[in-house]
Amino acid sequence: MAKQLFWEDIEEGTEITTLEKQPTTQQLVRWAGASGDFYQIHYDKDFALGNALPGVIVHGALKSAWLGQLLGDWVGEDGVVKKYGCSYRGMDVPGDTLACKGKVTKKYVEGDEHLVECEIWLENSKGEKTTPGTAVVVLPSKG
Amino acid sequence: MTQDSVITEEMKSEVGVESEPSVYEIEKEPIRRWAEAIGDTNPLYHDEEYAKKKGYRSIIAPPAFVAQYAYPTKAGQARGRIRSPFTRMLNGGNEYEFLKPVQAGDTLTATTKLAELFEREGRLGKMLFIIYETTFKNQNGEVVAKSRNTGISY
Repeated sequence: MAKQLFWEDIEEGTEITTLEKQPTTQQLVRWAGASGDFYQIHYDKDFALGNALPGVIVHGALKSAWLGQLLGDWVGEDGVVKKYGCSYRGMDVPGDTLACKGKVTKKYVEGDEHLVECEIWLENSKGEKTTPGTAVVVLPSKG
Repeated sequence: MTQDSVITEEMKSEVGVESEPSVYEIEKEPIRRWAEAIGDTNPLYHDEEYAKKKGYRSIIAPPAFVAQYAYPTKAGQARGRIRSPFTRMLNGGNEYEFLKPVQAGDTLTATTKLAELFEREGRLGKMLFIIYETTFKNQNGEVVAKSRNTGISY
C-alpha cells in the first residue's frame, strides 16, 4: 500500500495518481460475471453491431468501478470515499488504453471532517474524456 | 411536453413509487471476484486477517460494489415497470453515496424508485432518460449507501 495521504498534503489543483487500464474482451466477460450485468452489447460482437455500436463496448459501470478504485487507492486506508458519480458521454472499447485521472477542486472542513472535492474522469488513448465525474472524499488530518 | 411525447400517463404514475424491498447478503467470495474482475488488489477486499487488523469484522466491499452487485439480479425488479417504446438501452451515468462501511456478513435491504423521466432529441434520435434511485440499509436499519442511475432508452 502507498503511503497514507493527509488533508494537509493536498491543495486545489493537486492531481490524483493516474490509474491505467487496458481492458480486454475477457475482462468484460469477467466483469459481466462478477456484476451480474449480462447485456450482450458487452460481449457479443454481432449483437453490438446490430445495436448500431462499433463493436463490443466497455460497461459504463465497470468504468465507474475503476474510478472507485482510483479514489480508494488515493485516499488510502485512513481516508473515506464519501460520494462520486460519472456520466458515460463517450464509448470505450477493449484494446484501448484507458486512464483514470482526477484533480482536487476544493478542500474544506465541515464539522470534524476534512473534505476534498475532486473532478475525476476516464480518458481514452486519444485524450478524450469519455467519462467525466465528480467526487467527495475525506482525508485524515495531521492536526 | 410535445404532442409526440413517448412518456405516457401510465409511466408518469410510476414516478416516486418505492419497489418491494430486496434483501441480499454481502459475501466474501463475490467481493473477491469483483475486485479481481476490475483488477483491484487492495488487501481490504481480499484478505480477512488483514481487514480484521484494520478494525473490520471481515473484508469490506469496494466502492460501488454494494450498488452494482445488487443490480440487476438483486434490486433490478423495479425496472421492469416502465415499458419504453424503444428496444435499445445505454447506461448514461452512475452516482454513489457511501454512508457507512459495508462488510462481508452484512445483510442489505435495497429499495428502488423511479425518480425522474424525461426525453431528448439526440444523435441517435429520440431518447428516453430513466432515472432510478436505490437506498441500501444494513441489518441494523442504518442507511449505508444510496445510488442513482441514468438509463437511456433509444
